[in-house]
Amino acid sequence: MKNYLLKLADDSLIMGQRLAEWCGKGPYLEEDIAVINIALDQLGQANNFYNLAANLFNDGRTADDFAMLRVEKEYLNAQLVELPNGDYANTIMKAYFFAVYQKLLYENLSNSADEDLRAIAQKSLKEVKYHYTHTETWMRIFAQGTEESRKRIEAALENLWEYTGGLFDEVEEEENLVALNLTPASKQLHEEWKAKIAEDFAKFGLEIPASEFMQKGSRKGIHTEYFGYILCELQYMQRTYPNCVW
Amino acid sequence: MQDLLEILTQIPDPEIPVINIVELGIVRDAKMISEKEAEIIITPTYSACPAMFNIEEDIVKLFKEIGISAKVVTKMFPIWTTDWMTDEAREKLRAYGIVPPEKGADENHLHIPKKCPRCGSENTMQISRFGSTLCKAGYQCQDCLEPFDYFKCH
Repeated sequence: MKNYLLKLADDSLIMGQRLAEWCGKGPYLEEDIAVINIALDQLGQANNFYNLAANLFNDGRTADDFAMLRVEKEYLNAQLVELPNGDYANTIMKAYFFAVYQKLLYENLSNSADEDLRAIAQKSLKEVKYHYTHTETWMRIFAQGTEESRKRIEAALENLWEYTGGLFDEVEEEENLVALNLTPASKQLHEEWKAKIAEDFAKFGLEIPASEFMQKGSRKGIHTEYFGYILCELQYMQRTYPNCVW
Repeated sequence: MQDLLEILTQIPDPEIPVINIVELGIVRDAKMISEKEAEIIITPTYSACPAMFNIEEDIVKLFKEIGISAKVVTKMFPIWTTDWMTDEAREKLRAYGIVPPEKGADENHLHIPKKCPRCGSENTMQISRFGSTLCKAGYQCQDCLEPFDYFKCH
């Protein structure tokens, strides 16, 4: 369970950190605020999962320690969330893929045999529904807007698709968790995710890439070249001023 | 001994000072666990609501002033919902200029017209689903043209 919780927490933390890079730079005020709202939700969800994990590890480390003081290989987040923001179409598509994933994940986890996990999932689901509606709206705008917006969303798709499979990679002990009804099976989630994407893409008028190649290594501590940089920025204060608190 | 819940009504929500944490439904239970020690059970509103940190501090501080040490316990289940907000709190929100959440409504399925808190017109439009805080969305009245906040159902 420990690694599973870290996988969920790390996904949210890194997604939140990346989205927060738009703060003050969003395409216009409302969208700047929207993206930062989503980023903040992600950080809150990460905090909840880290707290649960910290209880299980029970080795004196706090949620902050897990977020701020691990090294690259110890993070189990999907490679998708660490990819650079790129243009706004790229950011939206990444956030959209992730929102569909989290919505299905939390719907499933809302029935977990573990009460804490169930509570976090039910809480987070309410938040993620907003993320989904928001990003789904923007996907449609990009796909059906102008020639330029269409070009941008297609480029984003080409850039991101091969990383989506990593969301559904399993951490080592996941099979046992599924057997105990604690977590949903990632393979099953992946099927649900693909079906939802296909349904939405038909509405957007977008085509799912034919290539089935997916990047590997998510959930095993293998990251893209971009990860070291975002981690450096995220951990800078804590590394520079050890034990500093707000 | 004063009623603990009554004492807790002195603490306003840090982001919306017209309503207190009891009528907002954050405080689940408050009881004395020994002569000088109280246990306060609170439920977070949103995963990342920054006000929760302040609220914890405020509770500890307030009780310290009356000689009671307060232990704040965060309990997430059952999860907080805007349905727990009292009718009185909803009215206070409206008077303050924030349209309160409808009871039992689901934001993602129901499109209930939001009534402008200034002129009462229902000719309003959503500017953004995300507002100045996690709990709010931005709207604008198409008649008096004033922007206003809507407290989202959650």
